[in-house]
Amino acid sequence: MSSISPANADVAPGGKDTGPVRPPGRTSVFGISFNVRQSGIYIAFALIVVLFSVLTDGALLQPQNISNIIVQNSYILILSIGMILIIIAGHIDLSVGSVVAVTGAIAAVLMVNYGIPWPLALLITLVAGGVIGAWQGFWIAYYGIPAFIVTLAGMLLFRALTLTVLGNQGIGPFPDPVRTLANGFTDGYLGNIGLGPLGGADLFSLLLGIVAVAGMAAAQWRTRAARLRYHQSVDPLPLFLLKIVAGAVVVIAVVVQLARFKNLPWVLVLLAFLVLGYSLLTSRAVFGRRIYAIGGNLQAAVLSGVKVKSVVFWIFVNMGVLAALAGVIFAGRLNQAGPTAGNAFELDAIAAAFIGGAAVQGGVGKVVGAITGGLIMGVINNGMSLIGAPSERVMLVKGAVLLAAVAFDVWTKRRAGTAGQ
Amino acid sequence: MTDDILRMRGITKTFPGVKALQDVNLSVRRGEIHAICGENGAGKSTLMKVLSGVYPHGSYDGEISFDGDPCRFSDIRDSEHRGIVIIHQELALCPQLSIAENIFLGNERASRGLIDWNRTNHEAGELLRRVGLRENPVTPVADIGVGKQQLVEIAKALSKKVRLLILDEPTAALNDEDSAHLLDLLRGLREQGITCVIISHKLNEIAAIADSISILRDGRMIETLDMKADQVTEDRIIAGMVGRDLEHRFPPHEPNIGEEALRIEDWTVHSPTQRGRAVVSGANLTLRRGEIVGLAGLMGAGRTELAMSVFGRSYGTGISGRVYRDGRLVEIRSVRDAIRHGIAYATEDRKRYGLNLIEDIKRNVSAAELSKLARRGWINENEEYRVADEFRKSMNIKAPSVLSVTGKLSGGNQQKVVLSKWIFTDADVLILDEPTRGIDVGAKYEIYSIINRLADEGKAVLVISSELPELLGLCDRIYALSAGRVTGEVSREDATQERLMHYMTKGQE
Repeated sequence: MSSISPANADVAPGGKDTGPVRPPGRTSVFGISFNVRQSGIYIAFALIVVLFSVLTDGALLQPQNISNIIVQNSYILILSIGMILIIIAGHIDLSVGSVVAVTGAIAAVLMVNYGIPWPLALLITLVAGGVIGAWQGFWIAYYGIPAFIVTLAGMLLFRALTLTVLGNQGIGPFPDPVRTLANGFTDGYLGNIGLGPLGGADLFSLLLGIVAVAGMAAAQWRTRAARLRYHQSVDPLPLFLLKIVAGAVVVIAVVVQLARFKNLPWVLVLLAFLVLGYSLLTSRAVFGRRIYAIGGNLQAAVLSGVKVKSVVFWIFVNMGVLAALAGVIFAGRLNQAGPTAGNAFELDAIAAAFIGGAAVQGGVGKVVGAITGGLIMGVINNGMSLIGAPSERVMLVKGAVLLAAVAFDVWTKRRAGTAGQ
Repeated sequence: MTDDILRMRGITKTFPGVKALQDVNLSVRRGEIHAICGENGAGKSTLMKVLSGVYPHGSYDGEISFDGDPCRFSDIRDSEHRGIVIIHQELALCPQLSIAENIFLGNERASRGLIDWNRTNHEAGELLRRVGLRENPVTPVADIGVGKQQLVEIAKALSKKVRLLILDEPTAALNDEDSAHLLDLLRGLREQGITCVIISHKLNEIAAIADSISILRDGRMIETLDMKADQVTEDRIIAGMVGRDLEHRFPPHEPNIGEEALRIEDWTVHSPTQRGRAVVSGANLTLRRGEIVGLAGLMGAGRTELAMSVFGRSYGTGISGRVYRDGRLVEIRSVRDAIRHGIAYATEDRKRYGLNLIEDIKRNVSAAELSKLARRGWINENEEYRVADEFRKSMNIKAPSVLSVTGKLSGGNQQKVVLSKWIFTDADVLILDEPTRGIDVGAKYEIYSIINRLADEGKAVLVISSELPELLGLCDRIYALSAGRVTGEVSREDATQERLMHYMTKGQE
């Protein structure tokens, strides 16, 4: 009788109609109700940043270091966007590291060996990534092999392909524009502006940051207004404004620091667009909703008319394209495509998704969560190397953080009484 | 008269925010069959989990004494050690293991750490004889039906020297024949001196088998009745469960039947797993607007298979036959086609196949027809909220808001969400597979009212149900299905349980 788990307690032990009006998983602090499960990750991120700022005497938040964190982790963050979609759908992709390697190699061969203009070569590489995703998506969605197996095979296949293409040596150097995309910064189109004690900063970057913040605030305001028109409950105005201001302060602070260093990294601009686009896709688009439906209850999705096979196929195609983008950026950053590129990237991307609040069973997760998960690991990596910790200790901490994040997720679910369904 | 094997005194069990049990007393006499009744959420399963140690001592208030000795079980092994065995609604068997392996799971017949297979299979064989199951002990459990699996569970309980056997909804998944066999078996166990506590929604079974009955309502023990002394009728039990007299279990309904909405002709479906076996053969059905049609049949008669194969070929292979919608021949190749042609199918098992339990009401309601809320692939979430909230009000879904997670709703409210989802697709033909399974009496009445309302709106409704009284009380016309064939069709006036049962068993070997 070991199969009876107390966690799977009575479906509803009476009184479900009279229960507290607060939705499950919400906790109240100082009268402000918020969702622990969704907010926990951001609070954890903030605490980690504060911790390492103190430990490094502020070195963590120096302009150049912030820039480094973003550039060094950009490809993992891009991968984690694709990975979170796959994990929400209840699948996994172990092959992304190898796909990064093989697409980097393809880009290198096209650009360096064949001298194809870089925009065309980039396009071909992205298409190649899509084809790789389609190959895996076919076996998973239409042939019915578990993604774990297909992508484990893919991990070997595409690494083998990389070695074949490269002949066991690196190919480089890449054309300048590709290196700029991976490693470079926006030009100071409008010159510098003095920020008093902070010194000079790039005006263009600052304006871009202000426009972005204003845009986000306006969008939030419109959403809130529309909800009010529909008589839905919203955050009280002071809390709403507090959230906006807090978000704006963080973004502006980061932008100011970057503007003081060397302007905005191009990958940051790229990432901003990707995060915005994929967040909208998952939260507002029919396609995104289908992904959650499939991960939440596959059978119910099938019987609700969701074209499950096609959705699963396309999220793997999408992963392939994003992996190719990450592959080009990684190769561009190192200025050469190497046979060991992308090693263990899949693990970082998967860890980012789970630290960011994705559920192991699927059906739950957010793009912004995965990005935050990736940044948490990035800050740990960076902060620990700043204080001179040996790499084995970094690994130890990252492992512990991953385990703790998922344990926290399981704990909140169990407390909410929805585990094991 | 007071030879009680079990006494529970003042049991109170609280979950965060909810008192699931409040000061409950229960006495069970030695050697009787004691039924526990109550609506879903009344606290029946919680009480049994307290008794069997699933909720350990200390997590509840109150005293339990078994055979005169006070009990403080810290887990389920403790209670099993004393001879209290619980069989849960969802069977806890490993499908790939053999019957014998399942019976002795966790209790292996072994010497010096090695399993003695001869002894295992021999003793399993004896236990199977005791429960009247003629199967080879080495047969994998997956190869026998649900009814027989239930017997294996009981054999497993017997192997543990059971003295108090607790059965949680033992016949919920069984057809009438298997249920009857199970009830006979319980009578046999009673003669062997084994006390049974049985939780069931099927009041006719309780009336037939129980010696006494305890009724729980809202976590409180309402009364314990002696079946013989108190002349207990089904209506009497219902009155105790709902706390009011239910004069009618079915809302009154005047049908207004119109044009033909769906016609199925010569429908044949083959099993996807067993090659060449026809699950449904040559079935003909007609549904008219405003009509509630029943589909009766024993377990395995092919009711669900028929419905699912019509609903976009969600089940089966080698499907042949014709489907007419509003008199026009239509081709339905996928669930999407079915939805487009105004056909809806609410599944039998709403948790497994009907709902996304980790999502809120809003997203479940819109799941089958998102395109109505979207423009160019982008969803208008405010419209979605408004639509869902309208359904919450009109269907009387009891939840704080449409942002409540469906996994936390009661069975009746979950079913209302499923129905909302399909009504939102603007379906004209609704196939409802066991729409009231696992739903308490009060909520059943509401579901019946909703079905009547759908018919009044001119929709055709096909109700699949294992409970004949439900079909008789609800439907204007009933088809009987036996071994994949439509064996009879009776109108409301001519329908009786006997007549339906006659058709339902026709042509079976």
